[in-house]
Amino acid sequence: MSKKNPEYDFKWCPGCGDFGVRRALELAMIDRMETTGESMHNSVVVAGIGCSGNLVHLLEGEQPYGIHGIHGRSLPIALGVKMARPSLNVVVVAGDGDFLSIGGEHIGPQAARNLDICAVIMDNGVYGLTKGQSSPTTLQGTVTSSTPFGKLETKTNPLELYLTLGVSFVASGFSGQPRPLSQLIRQGMEHRGFSIVHVQSPCTTYNDTFIELKGDLKNGIQPSIWDVPEDHDPSDKNAAHNLLQQGGVPIGVIYNDTNRLSLDQSVENTWEKAQPKTVGQLMGAFEF
Amino acid sequence: MQMRDFVVRFAGEGGQGVVTSAEGLAQSSTQVGYHALTFATFPSQILGGPTWTQARISVDPVLSAGDDVNVLVAFNREAYDTHCEDVLEDGVVIYNSAEFELEGDGRSFGLPFEELAKSTGNNRAANMVIIGALAHLISMPQEHLVSFVEQRFNRGRAEDAEVIRSNIAAMTLGRNHLAESGFSLGELAPPEKPEYQQLMIKGNEAVSIGAMAAGLDFYVGYPISPATPILLYMERNLVGKDRLAYQVSSEIESITAILGAGYAGKRSMTATSGPGVSLMSEGLGLAWIAEIPLVVVNVQRGGPATGLPTKTEQSDLFSCMYPAHGDVKIPIIAAGTVEECFFGAVKAVEWAERYQGPVILLSEMALAERSQNIPKPDLSKIKQAKRKTYTGSNGYLRYAGNELSPMPIPGTPGSYVANGSEHDDMGDTTHLGERHVQMTERRFGKIKLLEEDDFERDQPEHSIAVVTWGGSKGPSFEAYNKLKESGVPVGWYYTMYLNPLPPKMLKELKQKDLVIVPELNYQGQFSSILRSLGVKAESITQYTGLPFKARTLVEKITEMTNVCLKETVGV
Ligand SMILES: Cc1ncc(C[n+]2csc(CCOP(=O)(O)OP(=O)(O)O)c2C)c(N)n1
Ligand code: SF4
Ligand SMILES: [Mg+2]
Repeated sequence: MSKKNPEYDFKWCPGCGDFGVRRALELAMIDRMETTGESMHNSVVVAGIGCSGNLVHLLEGEQPYGIHGIHGRSLPIALGVKMARPSLNVVVVAGDGDFLSIGGEHIGPQAARNLDICAVIMDNGVYGLTKGQSSPTTLQGTVTSSTPFGKLETKTNPLELYLTLGVSFVASGFSGQPRPLSQLIRQGMEHRGFSIVHVQSPCTTYNDTFIELKGDLKNGIQPSIWDVPEDHDPSDKNAAHNLLQQGGVPIGVIYNDTNRLSLDQSVENTWEKAQPKTVGQLMGAFEF
Repeated sequence: MQMRDFVVRFAGEGGQGVVTSAEGLAQSSTQVGYHALTFATFPSQILGGPTWTQARISVDPVLSAGDDVNVLVAFNREAYDTHCEDVLEDGVVIYNSAEFELEGDGRSFGLPFEELAKSTGNNRAANMVIIGALAHLISMPQEHLVSFVEQRFNRGRAEDAEVIRSNIAAMTLGRNHLAESGFSLGELAPPEKPEYQQLMIKGNEAVSIGAMAAGLDFYVGYPISPATPILLYMERNLVGKDRLAYQVSSEIESITAILGAGYAGKRSMTATSGPGVSLMSEGLGLAWIAEIPLVVVNVQRGGPATGLPTKTEQSDLFSCMYPAHGDVKIPIIAAGTVEECFFGAVKAVEWAERYQGPVILLSEMALAERSQNIPKPDLSKIKQAKRKTYTGSNGYLRYAGNELSPMPIPGTPGSYVANGSEHDDMGDTTHLGERHVQMTERRFGKIKLLEEDDFERDQPEHSIAVVTWGGSKGPSFEAYNKLKESGVPVGWYYTMYLNPLPPKMLKELKQKDLVIVPELNYQGQFSSILRSLGVKAESITQYTGLPFKARTLVEKITEMTNVCLKETVGV
């Protein structure tokens, strides 16, 4: 919403990582508007359900279109929007629970299709909105409200998962760095195909990992985030896998395959094989 | 006496030509001016398996698959054993003598279908041998069949002439062989060829073309019997700029993708069957609350869960009218004939755009796979479905007020958030009680926009009426006509608009002492909905996986009518 709306009663907790992601997305969209000359109403933000999904209501300034739908289904909704109007810039915003748990079944198909959208995932390693249950990216053994004796499952490695599923653009970002993050989102939007910008976006209330991510050198805590080195070749999938083996959270573009057609391009290429008929002609085939 | 109508059942294994023979007979008959309808069952296995298809050929428009079988064509022993009891006493059995032999029972005749076909040099003409034999039974002139073969196989290829020759030869062989038997059913009255142009088409095809006639832009789907043919038809034909037909990876993707497309301004649709509808539940609720036009076609099959995938049933009315949690009641159109599959699809697409929300079109297995001759729809009378769209500037309040409001389309000014949470007029989430009241009333109020005036009505003066829905229309109307002839005091009302019902029809039904509802489910789903609307409705139910027979309905309706009349007189 562009102005304060007293009726809208949701607020992020102070310090929530999602503030930084919102800022980064705003910057990326403004930059896109300025560089392409396209209006904000050419962008559609499809939001998942969670604290993170509320981002679609909390965007400030000129407003894009938005859909705040149902839990886990932002990807197939985005599929419909994009394939209905390929000229739109479609962005998904969702949490780790929404995207990787209930909605996990949709990542593989969009990767295979190379659907031309950009998904910005706010990973806080927890279900924030439902108050602190474990999520796929919660560390094994962690005690949460839903894992009183510690989480039994191993932690999912989303970046590895995306690479394995064949997502054509994979980036990793941190909510504490809105400007660099906005650049990653901007590249993701520019990428012709399925791009995921996976963001570490700590939940200050249920799983505060800020210090762990940023480090606190005064107290001897090394940051777990580190910048993807300049000489990393993102078009090299093996190099991308190797990067993810090095521990911690690499920040930057992990993988970028620019050689694949996006789904809308593939569809367009089929048109010449088809011989579209009018409804009258179609009906004629049944006439006798 | 001349017959006006006869029924042939073809039974055998999948792959033996059961379906092609029935369709061939139906097609050749309609071509010469008869009316025809086929009823197909499916084997539950991919290759082989027992299957049967019935064709009813008539001088008059055909309403149902027919109660009795005049001729059984048995491709193997098992088929004969299963179906011989359904053959009328004065009926005939033609069986494949290459497979088995029957004792001379005075009504069975063996023909080596394939051998005869081979002798013409065309191994694939076995069904023509059969059609020739049937033509003899009903004294159908040879020239009718010849002209059918000529039309059917004239494809502009070099081998056409040979194919036509061998098919005619096969037909003649079948005819001559049966003539030796001395069997005959009499003479089918000459056709009264309709003046109007016609199509020979199946329910699923009619749905597909109807939706396209209304201007469908966007279709996605996931394969499921018996709805798959709609997906395949769309993938071949809804192609090109600004249109798309596409297979997605689940019904959850189907419903949410058409929702995204509907939001983006496209007339969008998916088709599925019961299990798919169950998966679409949450998405349908989202379309309802966020006010997004879309159409779901449910080609019903039997049973809950995986149920009876190859049988027909009308048991999804509840799950389609009330598919989702919360206060939701989805507009429903139920096709009752192949022709209504076409016009129901036109209406469904138009309704969705008109009231900006989800619409479900109900079809069923027996309609989907039924071939029937229908009058060719007049495309010049069909208007493309239109949505009220917003054309103003930014700062629009999409959900303001209690009535339908123009919908902004992404790519043009008027950005808003289509919200699946309860929302205020700009689409932001809210928890205020008065907002939920306003928005709930707004959503239900829009249903009024869908009220239609037209419905079928006959003998409205009676205090008892027959009111069926969907594919039970045919056998019910056939039964009704017989009841009317014999003076049973019942009226007839029918509509394909199940929600909302045409208000005038509902008003009249409320005044009846009894409304009798034939329907193919255990619970009496439509009568129970009618009762909730204040109609004294009672069902005649059947849940065998097969359609009603008109005879059963005549008996039951007579019985219920008598009981009701006694009761009302007694008071
Ligand atoms: C079908 C369904 N199941 C469960 C819920 C409840 N629910 C809402 S948000 C959420 C989890 C959110 O976690 P995440 O996606 O990580 O978002 P976060 O709040 O952490 O940003 C759940 C389980 C729901 N809304 N719908
Ligand atoms: S609960 Fe966590 S994720 Fe949700 S708003 Fe608060 S800090 Fe952010
Ligand atoms: Mg989370």
